[in-house]
Amino acid sequence: MKSTKDIAELLNEPACEHNKKEKSGCSKPKPGSAAGGCAFDGAQIALLPIADVAHIVHGPIACAGSSWDNRGTRSSGSELYRIGMTTDLTEQDVVMGRSEKRLFHAIKQAIDSYNPPAVFVYNTCVPALVGDDLNAVCKEAGERWGVPVVPIDCAGFYGTKNLGNRIAGDAMVQHVIGTRDPDPLPPGLERPGFKIHDVNLVGEYNIAGEFWHVLPLLDEMGLRVLCTLSGDARFREVQTMHKAEVNMMVCSKAMVNVARRLNKEYGTPWFEGSFYGITDTSQALRDFAKAIDDPDLSARTEAIIAREEARIHAALAPWRERLHGKRVLLFTGGVKSWSVISALQDLGMVVVATGTKKSTEEDKARIRELMGEDTLMIEDGSPRALLKVVRDYKADILIAGGRNMYTALKARIPFLDINQEREFGYAGYEGMLELVRQLALTLESPVWEAVRKPAPWRKRNTADERQAPSPAGEGWGEENTNKQNALFNHPHPNLLPMGEGTRLAATAG
Amino acid sequence: MAEILKRNKALSVSPLKASQPMGGSLACLGFDRAIPMLHGSQGCTAFAKVFFVRHFREPIPLQTTAMDQSSSVLGADENVIEGLKAIAEKSNPALIAVLTTGLAETQGADVHRNVREFRAKYPEFDHVAVVAVNTPDFTGSVETGFAATLYEIIKTLVPDRAAAGTRPGKRQRQVNVLVSPMLTPGDLEALRDLIEQFNLRPVLMPDLSDSLDGSLTDDEFSPVTIGGTPVSALATLGDAKATLVIGASLRKSGELLQEKTGVPSHYFDHLYGLQANDALIMALSEMSELPVPPRIERQRAQLQDAMLDTHFMLGQLRVAIAADPDQLNAFAHLVQGMGGEVVAAVAAANAPVLATMPVASVKIGDLEDLELIARERRAQLLIGNSHAVDSSERLGIPILRAGFPLYDIIGGYQKTWIGYRGSRQALFDLANLVINCAHEGIAVYRSPFAQKPESERQPSCH
Repeated sequence: MKSTKDIAELLNEPACEHNKKEKSGCSKPKPGSAAGGCAFDGAQIALLPIADVAHIVHGPIACAGSSWDNRGTRSSGSELYRIGMTTDLTEQDVVMGRSEKRLFHAIKQAIDSYNPPAVFVYNTCVPALVGDDLNAVCKEAGERWGVPVVPIDCAGFYGTKNLGNRIAGDAMVQHVIGTRDPDPLPPGLERPGFKIHDVNLVGEYNIAGEFWHVLPLLDEMGLRVLCTLSGDARFREVQTMHKAEVNMMVCSKAMVNVARRLNKEYGTPWFEGSFYGITDTSQALRDFAKAIDDPDLSARTEAIIAREEARIHAALAPWRERLHGKRVLLFTGGVKSWSVISALQDLGMVVVATGTKKSTEEDKARIRELMGEDTLMIEDGSPRALLKVVRDYKADILIAGGRNMYTALKARIPFLDINQEREFGYAGYEGMLELVRQLALTLESPVWEAVRKPAPWRKRNTADERQAPSPAGEGWGEENTNKQNALFNHPHPNLLPMGEGTRLAATAG
Repeated sequence: MAEILKRNKALSVSPLKASQPMGGSLACLGFDRAIPMLHGSQGCTAFAKVFFVRHFREPIPLQTTAMDQSSSVLGADENVIEGLKAIAEKSNPALIAVLTTGLAETQGADVHRNVREFRAKYPEFDHVAVVAVNTPDFTGSVETGFAATLYEIIKTLVPDRAAAGTRPGKRQRQVNVLVSPMLTPGDLEALRDLIEQFNLRPVLMPDLSDSLDGSLTDDEFSPVTIGGTPVSALATLGDAKATLVIGASLRKSGELLQEKTGVPSHYFDHLYGLQANDALIMALSEMSELPVPPRIERQRAQLQDAMLDTHFMLGQLRVAIAADPDQLNAFAHLVQGMGGEVVAAVAAANAPVLATMPVASVKIGDLEDLELIARERRAQLLIGNSHAVDSSERLGIPILRAGFPLYDIIGGYQKTWIGYRGSRQALFDLANLVINCAHEGIAVYRSPFAQKPESERQPSCH
């Protein structure tokens, strides 16, 4: 189990803007009104995309049972990460103190059955509480079976999902990175005027394979990606991350400690960037070139950017007309708000408000820069609050994580999923095409009219004549009797604006 | 308005079409104690029987006039008359439908005269209803043969209002329902259930849900249908409050019934999707003067929710459909209503409803046409019968099985497509096919620089 001191150290993240404000690190969950995952969730999400590793969740069934095989991340080869493994502790194990022993045998079984290059063991609440010595078991198992066994001590009660991300990053720096030097470059790839530089990406998860939109461009520039932590990664790639010339931090907060510690221990410079939107993708490519002192690389990069931007602008032209002026409420989780804002603005869409619950102070500054000083930043991500903003700001569509999808749909509001469980990749220039396709798909769908229209027999009753609530805001007012009368047409009481849910329940009763 | 692209090639490859006599037989099989007799050579009946047995997985009563070489040349009047006598004598049916085939029509057979001759010669079988229908297989398809047979049954067996003294609305709760062959036995059960929820008594015509629904009966063997619309019910149609006509192909039958009885007909081209079912429920509510039951409202809300959940998969989906006109039209509305695009629409035969479809063009053709258009227009999903499964495999896209015949699945005849519930399940099925099979993911990219394990490395092409 991690000590309070260990956790405090992880929470003290100098590279994080929140750090300056309060020493408790990031926001603390409030009992009764918390949303989001735990430290175990965060750690598992951060490392699970390492495809050839056997990921063992040490705990009773709830931790792995309800979370395995639940991500959109894709691998170009090994599929071992898709197989859920857990020690599935029983009451007997817990009471009789047999969980360490079970873990030890579980590690052997994983190695015997699947022959992985490494085993990652994720600690959870129950073994942490009963005092299993995770580090000792992993060390012993690794020595006995001759395969690296990496302890990830990430019991849920240590803290938030974000803390879990950092624990995961910390485990990589401590146990994996620097244990192997990179392969020599395959002969014949380098030529005069084309020198290959080694780089890493941290916090890129290859959701739906979207990084494959970007990787060919990096190849063309002459950048060898030693490792993407952790999308489509392999254990042997993670081992070599210390030798990169520059690291790109793709997600604003998850695993920021990896970039910082690689900088501290190996002197590798790092920069923050995003592959969402044309502007940001070009900026990221330029930042790579800027960080590496190679005039050939800079020239190549500019040529690639010019070519790709021209191509994608031409391809987007017909879509731009269809989406121009559409109003968006953006409420993102892991993906940076500001990077998506610029992508939407590239399309001529209007971002009316954005969620900033997970944004850093720096993110917020960039949002103000992009959207103006008086932009609405939403901290409260409850369904009720989101729907109120949709109504007040006359948004045409809500773009948010999958968790909010059904909030939007139940309120008959178009929705685009932009979180990790999604099935579509939006990264890179090419990803913009998928983004516009998905935006148009939902915005232009005929189903909205069909579901907002009341049943024809309801029209006969004058009291029922008003339309169901529309995203433009009609039909939400106090005087809307339709909401009370239409037993099956109104949104769930929990989704109604403040106060209306209870009133409705009272009427119904 | 759709442009109709007529057949423009000599060879039909992988036919979509099944014949008119098949449709006629199907209509007849929806009546109680009925048996169709195909006027043609034995093969006409044998093939039809196999077709139905494979689809319904039921024994199918079907007889033949067994025209041979001499009767084909010298006249087959006797075959019809003696065939009718033999069936009437042996099986004591309530209804025999004499359906012509290409052979009989080419020969110049006059089955209507044959039936009159049978009546004159064998008055002892006057209690057996006999209907003769011209259903040559060189025109139309299942749907038109079905419609023609229903038309003849109404013409022959439903008494005129003046003669019989029937009065519309005398039976306050009775509703006549004419149903196109696109409605499966499962659909008919659902439809009956919907109508009964408005405290109305439906008389389905024909009622395949009572004859070919796959239920076990006490009789070990029956040479005629067990279950279906009772022939005696035909005499009561004129007392009904209203007639519902489901399927554009039955418009003429609906008009005839109204003309004969004065009972007003209400027309529905299909019952797929929200709008079509809203119209039906609205009509039932008005007809019965009862409010819509909460259970149906609930089902409507469930369909709406399913529309939202599935529009992500079905929006912009490029769909190819092959079917008889009624069903083609129904699916086209369902798909377009979800924001999908019907990129290939192939009908087995022409019909007036095709020109009204919300697509650019409809091809009258076969499954080869479907395959070519689907490939050219990059269809992502196919809707068709079991014969189209091979097409879907060659195209590399998933198929939703619908129509006639469905021989490679069990229970296809029982699938419910109509109503709010059936439509909801159809949307789920379509969306699941997209999720599991038709989703076009980003292609895997392997960097030549990458340090992947030895076992995963591909020979570099740099």
